[in-house]
Amino acid sequence: MSTPNATTSHLQEGLTVNSSRRLNFKFNGRSYQGVVGDTLASALLANGVIVVGRSFKYRRRRGIVSDGAEEPNAIVQLGSGATTVPNIRATQVMLYEGLEATSVNKGYSLDFDLRAIIRLAGRFMPPGFYYKTFMSPKKLWPFYERLIRLSAGLGEIPKSPDPDLYDSINAHCDILVVGGGIAGLSAALTAGLAGARVIITEQQPLWGGALLGRPETVVGLSSKKWIEQVIDRLKGMKEVKLLPNCCLFGAYDHHFYTACETRYPPGITIPEGEVRERVWKIRARQVIHATGAIERPLLYKNNDLPGIMLAGAVSAYINRWDITLSRHAVVFTNNDSGYRAACDLVRSGASVVVVDPRAASETNRYAKWSDQNRVEILNQSWITEARGTLRVRSVIVKRSGEGNQQFEFTCDLLAVSGGWNPVLHLYAYSGGKPLFDEQRGCFVPNAKIEGQQQIGAANGSFSLAACLNEGVEAGIHALFECGYSASVPETTEIESVEEQPILPFWRLAESGGEQFIDLQNDTKVADIELAVAEGYRSIEHIKRYTLLGFGTDQGKMGNIVGMAVAAGLLKQTIPETGTTTFRPPYTPVTFGAIAGRHVGPLFDTVRKTAFHSWHCSHGAEFEDVGQWRRPWYYPREGETMQQAVNRECLTARNQVAMIDASTLGKIDIQGPDAVTFLDRIYTNGWGNLKPGRCRYGLMLGEDGMVMDDGVTTCLGPNHYLMTTTTGGAARVLGWMERWLQTEWPELKVYFTSVTDHWATISVSGPFARKTFEQVCEQVDLSSASFPFLSFREGVVAGVPTRIFRISFSGELGFEINVNANAAQGVWDAIWEAGQEYGITAYGTETMHVLRAEKGFIIVGQDTDGSVTPIDLGMNWIVSKKKDFIGRRSLARADTKREDRKQLVGLLTSDPARVLPEGAQLVANPDEPLPATMIGHVTSSYWSENIGRSIALALVRGGHQKEGQRIYVRNRDGETIAVNISSSVFFDPEGERQNV
Amino acid sequence: MQRFSALRLLGHGLTGHKHWRQSWRHPEPKREYDVVIVGGGGHGLATAYYLAREHGMTNIAVVEKGWIGGGNTGRNTTIVRSNYLWDEAAHLYEKSLKLWEGLSHELNFNVMFSQRGVMNLAHSLQDVRDAERRANANVLNGIDSEILTPEQIRQKVPLISISPTARYPVLGATFQPRGGVARHDAITWGYARAADALGVDIIQNCEVTGVLKESGHVVGVETTRGVIRARKVGVVAAGHSSVIAQMAGLRLPIESHPLQAFVSEPCKPALDTVVMSNAVHAYISQSDKGEFVVGAGIDGYNGYSQSGGYNVIEGAVAAIVELFPTLSRIRLMRQWGGIVDVAPDACPIIGLTPLKGLYINCGWGTGGFKSTPGSGWVLAHTIAHNRPHELNLPFTLERFSSGALIDEHGAAGVAH
Repeated sequence: MSTPNATTSHLQEGLTVNSSRRLNFKFNGRSYQGVVGDTLASALLANGVIVVGRSFKYRRRRGIVSDGAEEPNAIVQLGSGATTVPNIRATQVMLYEGLEATSVNKGYSLDFDLRAIIRLAGRFMPPGFYYKTFMSPKKLWPFYERLIRLSAGLGEIPKSPDPDLYDSINAHCDILVVGGGIAGLSAALTAGLAGARVIITEQQPLWGGALLGRPETVVGLSSKKWIEQVIDRLKGMKEVKLLPNCCLFGAYDHHFYTACETRYPPGITIPEGEVRERVWKIRARQVIHATGAIERPLLYKNNDLPGIMLAGAVSAYINRWDITLSRHAVVFTNNDSGYRAACDLVRSGASVVVVDPRAASETNRYAKWSDQNRVEILNQSWITEARGTLRVRSVIVKRSGEGNQQFEFTCDLLAVSGGWNPVLHLYAYSGGKPLFDEQRGCFVPNAKIEGQQQIGAANGSFSLAACLNEGVEAGIHALFECGYSASVPETTEIESVEEQPILPFWRLAESGGEQFIDLQNDTKVADIELAVAEGYRSIEHIKRYTLLGFGTDQGKMGNIVGMAVAAGLLKQTIPETGTTTFRPPYTPVTFGAIAGRHVGPLFDTVRKTAFHSWHCSHGAEFEDVGQWRRPWYYPREGETMQQAVNRECLTARNQVAMIDASTLGKIDIQGPDAVTFLDRIYTNGWGNLKPGRCRYGLMLGEDGMVMDDGVTTCLGPNHYLMTTTTGGAARVLGWMERWLQTEWPELKVYFTSVTDHWATISVSGPFARKTFEQVCEQVDLSSASFPFLSFREGVVAGVPTRIFRISFSGELGFEINVNANAAQGVWDAIWEAGQEYGITAYGTETMHVLRAEKGFIIVGQDTDGSVTPIDLGMNWIVSKKKDFIGRRSLARADTKREDRKQLVGLLTSDPARVLPEGAQLVANPDEPLPATMIGHVTSSYWSENIGRSIALALVRGGHQKEGQRIYVRNRDGETIAVNISSSVFFDPEGERQNV
Repeated sequence: MQRFSALRLLGHGLTGHKHWRQSWRHPEPKREYDVVIVGGGGHGLATAYYLAREHGMTNIAVVEKGWIGGGNTGRNTTIVRSNYLWDEAAHLYEKSLKLWEGLSHELNFNVMFSQRGVMNLAHSLQDVRDAERRANANVLNGIDSEILTPEQIRQKVPLISISPTARYPVLGATFQPRGGVARHDAITWGYARAADALGVDIIQNCEVTGVLKESGHVVGVETTRGVIRARKVGVVAAGHSSVIAQMAGLRLPIESHPLQAFVSEPCKPALDTVVMSNAVHAYISQSDKGEFVVGAGIDGYNGYSQSGGYNVIEGAVAAIVELFPTLSRIRLMRQWGGIVDVAPDACPIIGLTPLKGLYINCGWGTGGFKSTPGSGWVLAHTIAHNRPHELNLPFTLERFSSGALIDEHGAAGVAH
């Protein structure tokens, strides 16, 4: 631990700053210069910029208070145009040439903000004031809300899409060390020396953590040298991954952690092909949290004035960035760490007064130092007020004891330390419940979480010696848990220094005025008093009522102070009051980084069939079906969609037509229990399906409702090929695996998705056989030897294929499966062969029309999860002899009702009128709203083959209502009379497919 | 109850806000009540309020294991709408929406119900068919509903990418102008304050550990603050409904899953409408504070831990960036999870149970927040009259044995 006069040499070194390389930047439109190694905050301070923004609610001027993730005030919009980023903390962005930043809340300027008038109205805007007003008159509420929204938000979103790339990457390691300060580096070194796979992350671009701001001696070396040496050694270990500039932001079950690495600062234009940020998804066996601690402010009147900073930040700006912050400083501290700032201030040439509420102690090691440096220490004293308009100019100090003396000290800087809060976010994300330690005046980790250790300041151990030692110990323990043998790397004796204990106090009851707890949201002590008075007693209620901790720092600076204040008001202990829940992320994470590469074309990769380029070159329009892109229709020059579909429909019924059916799901089913399984999953029976035969099957959910359908073929003994709907393929496979694995593990049957392996071409129409004969070898295609619903293996255009005589159009049809890699040649050959019969390709629209003419359903269009096979008039497919999924549900009272919604056909009086799909049906078109709906139109088309419109619908009790008149009633009020008909409009006997 | 108004706010402002009264009492539990409501979320508090207000029953306790509103009421994305497909659901949610519209006045607590409209995007031809069907059904049910073209969508929400080359291009949307968002904490506090004023005891930090039964009748609850007897017990415990039901020896057809949501850092207003998309699965609005509020999907596994998997967040963020490319550079600030109780047909269960004296209200799944007032209103009626109101008659427990399901799940395109 530093002794008051131990080091002075580092001040000149400035630890990390290269003052010879200057960088130009702009802040709020004005040009400044900084140096390499600066953050925006340090550069602003070096340029004497004290006021950096205004607060959210009262528009009070605010200055930089910290040097890290807890900064509530210095929030800027970085860059402009498409690469701008809102709400960046000036303390966390490294300066670069040409950086442009604007305060997110500055009003017209930081000097003048019209909305600062709001402060005058502030007394009428206590927390939750909006719950108590804006209610009358009711119709003015939208107006009030617009007013409220006027003041919403900090920065602005970019105006155009993000030009940058992001990445995410999975990583595994033995030991994950979070935080590259002295404790974390010490742990990583210990672990690395034993050969373990180690990942160490550090949110700053530089290693060293708090040590960067403290000129200390570690193991006989200057802190800078020590850091350099450790990093060099770690870099030499091939199993150690160092991730600087990488903030670990989330902890999930089973040691899964997420971290975001910033590779290029926001606001900058990055090189082509580079990624701006990368999310690391790390699975570790052991995790060491060396996340440090965040300093607390203290409460007194006007404690938000610019020029008031945390003492640790003051030290950092002096030591790390070599900035002269002050000529006359006051330090207000309730613990020894404030004295470090006092020492640093003295060394940088400031006169210093220390205000310390603790009693003077004979063992105070700063007594001699203060005499030598003419530093006045006021013990048993408190600051009750800071004064100044644009910045702090003086402080009022009250000394307890005789006469309650009061002093005023002029100053240009007030450095404050109210003690330190260990960063326990990751511990809490993992389910840890922090414990309040009265001695150390802070929350510390309580019960250990398996596989996790907290060390150093994160463990409430604030001395360098403890950080170093706990690092070594944690490293050894983690190594042991991972099965490595460890040796202690070297003696790490550091002289430990007796510190005077902290006096954890939160506020003086008699200090009045505005005392700010959450600087970003302007949450004051008075606000918490009001919340408590109004009965908001849970700390979560207080937080939500006062917006404590809702800023972009998520309460890193103010929350614990707020909780302590609440505890005092509630006359409870701090443990009784508890903390609010810590929620990820630790610091905000860019949406783009979380999305990674899953954007644009890779958001959800388009699935294309083997014939996709053929479809494109033949002018197809496409439709998204599930993840697939399917040809919708193939317009020829000058054709409308309706004309193209009419042509395709006529050709399919009168000549020959082909469709790419590759997207239908295909599941290969093998095993001795395959038939048993099919019997359970489908409503119909499969025992008698011989090899070489195909059968249509319907599957239900447990609720008895239709879930999917398709044709399944017996390819050979114990070998079946199931087809599913395009959109249902993955769901059906998952469904089958679920039943097999969780309910029927005794069945010997195996499923393999082969959807992508086979391309499917369906050829149908009266000339389908003639077309097919020209390209098909080794198979007798005659109806006698290759009847409807059968399967043969054959060779088409020289390629081995599976040929099925099935049809979804009701025409004579052949469907072939061919290895997708060889499929295009087969397609071309059929296309060629069909030319003399006028073959056409058709898309999903024509397919829909043709099947609707036949009354064939499409699951998901004509059904919606509330339709049974009986509702569809498909009683024939429901076996009465065997059990199957959904059977029991079909026997339930409501499922057996006769007046359920049932599938019917609809014919309009005007044959030219095509009903809108999704139209609702009513019996009485004149009923006032709300009207009784008896069903809806599920499918509706113009049928060129029949020469009129046709529609399918689900109608209450529809099977008994054939011939009856009902009405479509549209939302615009129009009604259309329709007659209920059979759902089969074409070839009711089904003769055409059998020829 | 001390009335809230602008004038009163001014008055208190002049006296330094020293004289506001507490919003609700913090009483010790009595030994016996007419009704005990288990669960101090919005639904439970609303139930107590309507029991007192509409049915004159004031000897009521609401027992809450933690702090009121700390469950799903405080963990959702605050969307309110009633454009459900099926008549039963539509009528129930519409009753709720109507109550929302008068709630700030009724409770004398501004719940900040902001009717900025809710848009459900359609990304495929089937989505469009479903949108048409739903909009038609809504209008015929007396619920406001419109269909928007991509161009109309762009005009309302310029941030949405309607590019036809998008992975799932926006083909249209349904739009309910009366839908919107509300302040989730306000609904808890508003109901609590109003119920307390009518004499309801709100008892926090009081976890139910057992259900008291005497000869098959439920006669009270055991809690961490002692035994509390009651003539009637209403269980309104969302994700933990099955746990409480099990204490009574009742098995519910409910699965509990984590559901996650998150907000971005606050930004200047850029999105004035609630936008939902089922196909890419995301829903988003911008709060009065400027945060983008995003709902993610449900986690696949069952559990009671109020945290979900990171992969679900990844999916939701990718969907948002896909739909709103200019939001790629804003940053996720806070993420949380709740436990939702999902019934097999994704509709609630509200009504009597096989046990006399025990009433349940659960199964709201991901649709609970919007239904808070209506849910409380019908359960209060059910408890007071010992039979369901016409509105919740279809939502009984018996429907799972009769088969009279109301399948909002299966009704494709209907986001919950």
